[in-house]
Amino acid sequence: MLAIQILIVAFVVFALSRTVVRFREGSLTAAWLVLWSAVWVAVAVAAILPQTTSWFARLVGVGRGVDAVIYLSIIFLFYLVFRIFLRLQRLDHDITLIVRELGLRKKAGEAGKEK
Amino acid sequence: MRLAVVVPAYNEEKTVGEVVRSLRPAADLVLVVDDGSSDRTAGVAVAAGGDVYSHLINRGLGAALGTGIAAAVARDADIIVTFDADGQHKVEDIPRLIEPIRLGAADVAIGCRVADRSRMPFSRRLANWIGNALTCVLFGIWVKDSQSGLRAFSRRAAEELDIKTDRMEVSSEIIQEIKRHGWRLAEVPIRPVYTEYSLSKGQSFFVGLKTAGRLLFNRLFR
Repeated sequence: MLAIQILIVAFVVFALSRTVVRFREGSLTAAWLVLWSAVWVAVAVAAILPQTTSWFARLVGVGRGVDAVIYLSIIFLFYLVFRIFLRLQRLDHDITLIVRELGLRKKAGEAGKEK
Repeated sequence: MRLAVVVPAYNEEKTVGEVVRSLRPAADLVLVVDDGSSDRTAGVAVAAGGDVYSHLINRGLGAALGTGIAAAVARDADIIVTFDADGQHKVEDIPRLIEPIRLGAADVAIGCRVADRSRMPFSRRLANWIGNALTCVLFGIWVKDSQSGLRAFSRRAAEELDIKTDRMEVSSEIIQEIKRHGWRLAEVPIRPVYTEYSLSKGQSFFVGLKTAGRLLFNRLFR
């Protein structure tokens, strides 16, 4: 095996273990566990058997296996970034709700003291 | 009818005092929302006789309006006006602004800056036009001045108003809310005061770009 293949497989083993640990401690839902595990396994398969990427590339009509992997990765990354962005929007709004509540309560407290 | 004026303020210590003092005789409640200012905005507003609500950290115009309107509703206001803290708005415009709501002919009133061409700087006119166009494309109504900060709400509209955006895109979100709830809108002409100071506030081109981006994103994906 080439060095890069060994490195990638080693990384996948590490990533898989982290994924399982995160799932056990509750940071990941079962759905994400399945998704990410599938991703890591696919990465390992692609590393050990590069022919699979060529096969996949031919399947979807792209020139080289590596190209197909890159296209997929970019699409996946876009999607992840999109999800993160949505999450941040949600968090932003939640923070505002908290800050508002604090502001309203502080005022109510001051008004109470004056009376 | 109990009139509340909500003044969102972020680092406006130079002008908020005068704004509050001019509003006191004209309204039953003057509610200043200090949006996490790092200067003495809150202190100045209190000294001028305003009712100040404070945000611990800066959340943006939308967030400040949300807090102010919620407070006004909680304090039994019948008509709620939003008013800028930088001196751009004139207290004298308020009676004309709320008249349609007082009479029950409208649920929301927006003060539209019909400029004499010479007074409003071209860049500001262009920015306003772009804001209006974007609002129209996204939400389906053409408002003469969608970005105007001088607005009035009936109590019912204020209670139903659900502001989800935090920053300056709130102006367009309010238009969307008008459409969504089917509120009757009155567009009342006003003359803004453009001092060097108030011109330096408002949206710079870059900020406007970011606001437009957020608007687009919210409309498409939320």
